[in-house]
Amino acid sequence: MTASAIQARETSASLPRDRSAALGRLKFWDAGFRFMTFGAASLVLVLLLGVAISLFIGAWPAFQRFGLDFLISDSWSPPKERFGAAAAIYGTVVTSIIAMVIGVPVGLGIAVFLTELCPPIFRRPIGVAIELLAGIPSIIYGIWGVYYLKPFMQAYVQPFLIGTLGAIPGVGALFGGPPLGYGVLTAGLVLAVMILPFVTAISRDVFETVPSVLKEAAYGVGATTFEVVGSIVIPYTRVGVVGGVMLALGRALGETMAVTFVIGNATKVSTSILSQGTTISAMIANQFADADPGLFTSSLLALGFILFIITFIVLALARWMLARLDVKAGR
Amino acid sequence: MANLYPGRKRRNAIWIALAWAATAFGLGWLVLILGALLWKGFGGLSIDVFTKMTAPPGVAGGLLNSIVGSLIQTLLGLVISAPLGILAGTFLAEYGRYTRFAAIVRFINDILLSAPSIVVGLFVYEFCVVPFGHFSGLAGGIALAVISTPIIVRTTEDMLRLVPNPLREAASALGMPRSLVIQQVAYRAVRAGLITGVLLAIARMTGETAPLIFTALGNSLFTADPTQPMSSLPLIIYEFARSPYAEQQKLAWTGALIVTAAVLGMSVLARVLSSRGAGK
Repeated sequence: MTASAIQARETSASLPRDRSAALGRLKFWDAGFRFMTFGAASLVLVLLLGVAISLFIGAWPAFQRFGLDFLISDSWSPPKERFGAAAAIYGTVVTSIIAMVIGVPVGLGIAVFLTELCPPIFRRPIGVAIELLAGIPSIIYGIWGVYYLKPFMQAYVQPFLIGTLGAIPGVGALFGGPPLGYGVLTAGLVLAVMILPFVTAISRDVFETVPSVLKEAAYGVGATTFEVVGSIVIPYTRVGVVGGVMLALGRALGETMAVTFVIGNATKVSTSILSQGTTISAMIANQFADADPGLFTSSLLALGFILFIITFIVLALARWMLARLDVKAGR
Repeated sequence: MANLYPGRKRRNAIWIALAWAATAFGLGWLVLILGALLWKGFGGLSIDVFTKMTAPPGVAGGLLNSIVGSLIQTLLGLVISAPLGILAGTFLAEYGRYTRFAAIVRFINDILLSAPSIVVGLFVYEFCVVPFGHFSGLAGGIALAVISTPIIVRTTEDMLRLVPNPLREAASALGMPRSLVIQQVAYRAVRAGLITGVLLAIARMTGETAPLIFTALGNSLFTADPTQPMSSLPLIIYEFARSPYAEQQKLAWTGALIVTAAVLGMSVLARVLSSRGAGK
């Protein structure tokens, strides 16, 4: 702003009349700046409302046509104008579950390593390296997944799973079918690596809020490192860890590009996690360009609206839990 | 009494080994991905990449239009998100710090911070593409702005909260109005922090792909006109990586290397700046 100009005018103002004029200008700019910051803050609220409202309006024709059936039906046939979200929702949930099952324990393991076990010299470099993993754009995970992970899964991991777990009755249904490389499991694995840094970063931060006195007391009565982590650190930070895990879940649910590359994009519900599938976001990314305006586009927007609602709930819960921990820590 | 000690020791050793293994697993992925990028992408780096347009299969091409498109859209996004984010962050930290309104904005901003980018893309499609009837680089820039604003809001607020109150009080005691206290004292004290936020936002925008599919669409020709559909590096990677032609795949990897180098470079720079700022 013109702060220096105002100052210059102020010093040159020798007459009382100029002085009050300068003061008036200052007051005007002061109120103006305050109003601008308030406007910008309000715009953040408007943005979220805008996202919700515009998606709902766009999705309305599809909701009106299919009603609740949209959520339950798994048929997706543009020529017949039959659209249902079940296959996409199913794929989103299954890939996210796989990602959480792999990513959360590993992320927590790294956080424990960084806070309790790591020699202090390596603490910072390893922490930064894990955070770099979070910085890699999702499209890079996608291209890497197609060229390296997919052939590896096809040649080694999937035949192994089919040969061992696939032969067990019951559980075997999860690992049936030919080893295609593409599929729900591959997508879940890529997602696991993508959410891992988020789990690690937040768990590490909340682990550091544990008062040293508590840990020292436990070590003092002879507890092992594992017992300190299991009985002191994790119970103390439970809410924060769950919050971080939910935040990671929010990421996994909405992740698009990496999943689109490796999931195979087949609109069907299948029991086997080795088979090709789709997720809400992959479906939107993959089909939007070909969609005719009208019911097809509207159905894709409806998928987007569902994704928005699901992630909003998950993220709101996550933030609420993390905020509770902040209060507890007196921050 | 049974001796519990060996069992406890064994369990401890197993869990410690698992934590080491988890760390090795995480770092292993980083090495594998970066290694693949360098291996596949470095060979394709040449002058052509930066001077020639993307071409149909069979014709030697580069990535010039995509690189320029990425730069223009990121710049557009930044021009919108940087002032907006810094002003909103200023409100949260300075004027409305303890108000209920600020608490709500903070909460919503945190949700926008991790909202799926594809949803933002759909919103901008409904909001900027449908009314005008065609895809455009401007819509892409707006989508990137929506994605990056929450990052700048968050870092600005966090940084301004670090400014010691006596500094503000001293300035006020000299008769400075509140807006000048913020601009001349608080912003200056946290300049490195504000730049960090902007760098993180640029890094995020550089790698973003999903929202551009429905807003900028991509363009095989060179254009600097933001009202036209525009190419960008992530979009061309998305297209070429799935192409059956070897030369396009090679360009996809080279583009991936450029994007990753830019993103990680800016993240590291932001980290260095913020740690120096915190050291003061």
